[in-house]
Amino acid sequence: MALYKWFFVLGFIFCLCGMATAQESGVPPDSANIDTISQSIPPPAPVTDLQAFDTRNDHGHSITLKWKKSADDGAGNNSVIGYEIYTWEPNMVDSMAQLRSEIDQVRAAIYGGKKTGEDLKKKIRTLKDQYDILLEQLTVAHAGYPEGGEWRLVDKVPAGTETYVHLGSKEKLAEGYIPDYTDLYYRVDALTADSVVKTPSVVVGPVQCYGQWFNTEQVPVLITVILFGVLILYFVMLARKGKEIYVRPIGGIEAVDDAIGRATEMGKPILYVLGLGSVSDVATIAAFTILQRVAKKVAEYQTDLIVPTYDPIVMSVAQDVVKSAYYDAGRADTYKEDSVFFVTQSQFAYVAAVNGIMLRDLPATNVYMGKFYAESLLLAETGALAGSIQISGTDEIAQMPFFIVACDYTLIGEELYAASAYLGREPILLGSLKAQDYAKAAIIILSILGIIATVLGFTWFTEFFHVTS
Amino acid sequence: MKRELPFVLVFIFGMFMLLQYFVPHEKSEWVYEFFLAWTIIIGIFALALGIWSLFKVSVDKIKMHRPGWGYSYVTLAGLFVMIAFGFTKRNGDAWGLYHLWWILGLLCLGAIMQVRAETNTGRKKMYFVVSLVLLAATVAISIFDNTWSFHFYTSEGLENTLFRNFFDYIMIPILSTMFALLAFFIASAAYRAFRARNLMATLLLFAALLVMSRFNPWIPGAEYVAKASTWLMNVPNLAAQRAIVMGIGLGVIATALKVILGIERGYMGKG
Repeated sequence: MALYKWFFVLGFIFCLCGMATAQESGVPPDSANIDTISQSIPPPAPVTDLQAFDTRNDHGHSITLKWKKSADDGAGNNSVIGYEIYTWEPNMVDSMAQLRSEIDQVRAAIYGGKKTGEDLKKKIRTLKDQYDILLEQLTVAHAGYPEGGEWRLVDKVPAGTETYVHLGSKEKLAEGYIPDYTDLYYRVDALTADSVVKTPSVVVGPVQCYGQWFNTEQVPVLITVILFGVLILYFVMLARKGKEIYVRPIGGIEAVDDAIGRATEMGKPILYVLGLGSVSDVATIAAFTILQRVAKKVAEYQTDLIVPTYDPIVMSVAQDVVKSAYYDAGRADTYKEDSVFFVTQSQFAYVAAVNGIMLRDLPATNVYMGKFYAESLLLAETGALAGSIQISGTDEIAQMPFFIVACDYTLIGEELYAASAYLGREPILLGSLKAQDYAKAAIIILSILGIIATVLGFTWFTEFFHVTS
Repeated sequence: MKRELPFVLVFIFGMFMLLQYFVPHEKSEWVYEFFLAWTIIIGIFALALGIWSLFKVSVDKIKMHRPGWGYSYVTLAGLFVMIAFGFTKRNGDAWGLYHLWWILGLLCLGAIMQVRAETNTGRKKMYFVVSLVLLAATVAISIFDNTWSFHFYTSEGLENTLFRNFFDYIMIPILSTMFALLAFFIASAAYRAFRARNLMATLLLFAALLVMSRFNPWIPGAEYVAKASTWLMNVPNLAAQRAIVMGIGLGVIATALKVILGIERGYMGKG
């Protein structure tokens, strides 16, 4: 036991000695040492062929830089560890930064509701006026290069980089604002492990940034939309002329009529859930058109309809849709304004409310159409437990399996958008479905051609369809 | 004109939004953001309509004594208490008459609801007088009690201790409970989906077992199971998903074009 204790003490002393030695060797080098390191790293070769130009297909306020990396980057002395991007800015940007800071402080005081005894809104107006005056002088000041300004660091990029996008803000009051149609100058410094040793490139400029009126990257999208639009119009015209259009039957849509009939026979209501989407979602718009058809049938059969909504704007539109459907059916007197109502804008609180309706009112049919997220299975499983016939349709890929499992009929993806045309059986709307089918056939053919082209090495074919967002 | 004007507006704004996608210029962005700001403004006004709808439906439920009508009191109390807490804040260390204020306010709302719910004229009058008295008391406290104040249009209401407590200790646990139910529903849905009723369902069952097994290191041939399940997910599953996404894309474009061109009018209640 005693021997063990002595080993412990000796070990402790040994550790202390080790720490002291480590501390001694960890003494920071003095300035003489720094000079020695600086002298030991020779200045790296500068970057070459530096180019600066306006970033294409954007809203402006952005410059793209391209260069050929230093000869010592990954080769030669291999001493380059990165690059620093510099831009030349007139000294007045400091005054602008000061004004921005003051504006932010006053704005914070206004939003915070603090009473300082002075007219803060007047003060912020004065500061903004001063800022605007400086902003007007900024372009002239930039043109005065190299007088009255200095180089300022924009960013650092690692070794091996040969391109950089100086993405500025378009907000005039933002810190990173880059003015359009203003002479800008850039330079790129090659860096070494020693921050003192670096080599600047030649200065490139003047260069100006500005916004474009057409995004050339989106040409394939534009062509596709135009062709598809023409195809739709062509089939709509054919349908108007009376041409018989056959579209394949979809089980889920055909079940809607039966489900409404079942509800009528049972004397129970129909629950129509529009999901969590807003009116700007195309899925919600499609859900409105289906609601219109369902409400018309419901009005004809004298069945009750319950439409709990998640979004107040969706509620307003749905009320109008249902009301119009009752008018169209000639049953305006039976329309109940409270059949479409707002519940909440909290996802799971909405689920709780709708599930409560399902379990209390036991609707004969539940229809889920629109945008659904995590609540899809919670709703559909509760509906299944309540013994309702369930029809669902969503364009959310992640929620489709849940609906397929828990509902009797599910409209998969595009079927949601086709449902309105199927229910109405109007030739004009069926014409657009035919156009969709032809477009799908075109996509299949193009996909096969793309595979063949890639195998044969004709990359231009696949590149044509490449779209950068 | 009354029927056509909405479609003209939809065409103009729809075409603008379509073209705007291809125009990255700052001016185009400015107009786009301006319209988006309008949707927020409309949303705020619509929210008032929504709250009114909730109030009306809940009161009618109480009035008609529909199943679960008692819960409507809880709904409305929750709605108004959170609004009251969110717009008020204590000024000093003492609460003063704050608690009395919001309790009287709630009772006042309850009395107003009863005025609407009652059909008996005598009782209706009584509740009307009670609601007036409670309203007067609530207003008087809010004028003369300086221990707290209203904070409209500022974030200070969110610092109200009662608001935070109600949110953190009542709202969040209830929402978490609802979300937690998903675990049980997934189990029951999986049971229904994976019953081997026919050949396709049996294939689905095997595919599901394979995918679930990839996270289990103890099964024999775990490496091959992992490879097979990865192939299932990345090849047939992804191919099917992409096909659905392409169909959705076409459906979205077709619907949008039909709406813009006035072919599809169901969303305006005009079939």
